[in-house]
Amino acid sequence: MASNYEFEDTQQLDSAGYDPNFVPDSVKSFVVHLYRHIREKNVYEIHQMYETSFQTLSERLFKDTPWPSVDAVAQYVDNDHVFCLLYREMWFRHLYARLSPTLKQRIDSWDNYCSLFQVVLHGVVNMQLPNQWLWDMVDEFVYQFQSFCQYRAKMKSKTEAEIALLKQFDQAWNVYGVLNFLQALVEKSTIIQILEQEKEGLEQFTANDGYDYTGGSNVLKVLGYFSMVGLLRVHCLLGDYHTGLKCIQPIDISQQGVFTIVIGSHIATIYHYGFANLMLRRYVEAIREFNKILLYIYKTKQYHQKSPQYEQILKKNEQMYALLAVSLSLCPQLKLVEETVNSQLREKYGEKMLRMQRYDDEAFALYDELFSYACPKFITPSAPTYEEPLVNYNQDAYRLQLKLFLYEVKQQQLLSGVRTFLKVYSTISVGKLATYMEVDEPTLRTILMSYKHKTHAVDSEGKVVSNADIDFSIDDDMIQVVESKPTKRYGDYFLRQIVKLEGLMTDMDRIKLEA
Amino acid sequence: MGGEMTPKTPSSMSYTVEQLVAVNPYNPDILPDLENYVNEQVSSQTYSLDANLCLLRLYQFEPDRMSTQIVACILIKALMAMPAPDFSLCLFLIPERVQMEDQFKTLIVLSHYLETARFRQFWDEAAKNRQIVEVVPGFEQAIQEYAIHVLSLTYQKIPRTILAEAINIEGLALDKFIEHQVATSGWHLEKGLDKSQLIVLPCNEFNHPELKKNTADSIPLEHITRIFPILS
Repeated sequence: MASNYEFEDTQQLDSAGYDPNFVPDSVKSFVVHLYRHIREKNVYEIHQMYETSFQTLSERLFKDTPWPSVDAVAQYVDNDHVFCLLYREMWFRHLYARLSPTLKQRIDSWDNYCSLFQVVLHGVVNMQLPNQWLWDMVDEFVYQFQSFCQYRAKMKSKTEAEIALLKQFDQAWNVYGVLNFLQALVEKSTIIQILEQEKEGLEQFTANDGYDYTGGSNVLKVLGYFSMVGLLRVHCLLGDYHTGLKCIQPIDISQQGVFTIVIGSHIATIYHYGFANLMLRRYVEAIREFNKILLYIYKTKQYHQKSPQYEQILKKNEQMYALLAVSLSLCPQLKLVEETVNSQLREKYGEKMLRMQRYDDEAFALYDELFSYACPKFITPSAPTYEEPLVNYNQDAYRLQLKLFLYEVKQQQLLSGVRTFLKVYSTISVGKLATYMEVDEPTLRTILMSYKHKTHAVDSEGKVVSNADIDFSIDDDMIQVVESKPTKRYGDYFLRQIVKLEGLMTDMDRIKLEA
Repeated sequence: MGGEMTPKTPSSMSYTVEQLVAVNPYNPDILPDLENYVNEQVSSQTYSLDANLCLLRLYQFEPDRMSTQIVACILIKALMAMPAPDFSLCLFLIPERVQMEDQFKTLIVLSHYLETARFRQFWDEAAKNRQIVEVVPGFEQAIQEYAIHVLSLTYQKIPRTILAEAINIEGLALDKFIEHQVATSGWHLEKGLDKSQLIVLPCNEFNHPELKKNTADSIPLEHITRIFPILS
């Protein structure tokens, strides 16, 4: 994504020969057709044009200039208000991806989202849009918010004109505004109730992949659905992991759903879900979900090679391997990791993970490195004070999260040592283990209790769950070690096979009929 | 945290504030209500993580409105909620420069001792900082409950001295405490080898890990509904 925010104030684009009013024929044809397909609710064609034609045209004609302005194309689409909002949304998205937005453009993009979401919230949209597009809207909205916060926090390099503009438009990308839009989309769409009712068989949301086959619009419903993922992400960016997980609760992460249809949304959901669980010390949950998605990406990434999201997929893939390495170092439960994922992990982080087990300065440096590489781009949501001297505060939020995470790692530094010993004994006295570990008995007892506390997380319902593969109990002075056996989840396996078999038989019946 | 909002008369304030948070999670106008609610939690010995996180979030959005005295109360309440990770959850939302203040540094040290189960150090440090922690009624008792929680994860039978250190109660008071636990919580007493007292803690899946049930393989009904069409 665009990383160069330094040249904000000048429109250097004009000098490159960009004429916002010039509409090439191919663009004319593009908007005319897209507009028609939208009016005819032809989701398949819309999706083709959105995913393929838009990318092809961008690549061919607008590699380093923006698309023609909305005013220039409006005449070809009956000046349709909603279409123009959608066009501008794509226009800005393309600009953010390929060029550096100016402050003015950031503010304009915010205004455009406000208008677009308001139209959707007022229920006057009767379109049927592809899930991919709707996901991209929410994803981009949150991305531009994050990008704005980062940009604003770099106060040192701001010109007076920029500061004046920031003060004047202090509502642009305001954190309340962002959160309330997402929240309003969730509420207005009644998506939470829809998902509830679906469990009772009264709704067909997931079964229809979010589309509406009864003539209605899917836009508000699906935007509301993806907004829950958007809220999870914003809360993670703010360091509010508990609230983030609460926002995503209506979606059953462990099952397929509309969020798994779009690869970008699938990855964003699991990445943030896993990260939040890691920060909440629910390591087993984090490991389980990272493992599943990494396996999924491994198996399916070949199909996404041509997708505009491919690079992003690979990057998140690498980041999640780093997070998996961190989770497994803190909670060594390799049994939870599938063989393919495990061998990838060894290849990427095997050697580092060995060193992380040592809990010396070098190990902390590695935790630091992996966390910094893989964490979300944390933001400070409040506006600057504009007091001289102007200071950059774009790193503050990240530094705080990193510091608190390393704090946790340090609290656990003695646990890996005790685990190593517990692994080789079935019973051992407190005194003897203390001698081996070169600490006195009272200290060992605190280490053992700390081991218990840190390996027993409190889940979202307030229940204590064990994350320990090597567990023990103390009877007065004797430690008794118990190694937990892996639990195979046969039930889920059979369920999936039943559904699969049924699908196969249906297919075969169909073939018979045709023959 | 169920969604069952039984429409009773909103007699207690807690009901009202919880509802405020549920309906307006991102509304700066409820900030004063949330601050009052923190004070109410302190005086009435109740607790709401969601409301407190909501308040910290509003402080995060508008740092000028932050009251460090309220933040301190929230953090002490979060300590009292251990073993839940609430203290960290709150710290994630509090700017570093605020965390540098002495009272917060002390609370962070206290949390560190509790996280690493160093109860002796914890009680010493708490005694040195009575003015901070005694603001919140029930503090000692809540920490004792956490200590007992960790002990019952760890021990089947625990020497009396270890228990005494963890909950910071000795002598006759400890006798009374144990007596009470025997009567209400299923504790037993035994004599150890050297005539010392041993306390037998109730058996659970954590201090008898071999008892852990394989509940992992149960399937929620809604997953089974996927094959209903096939079964019919």
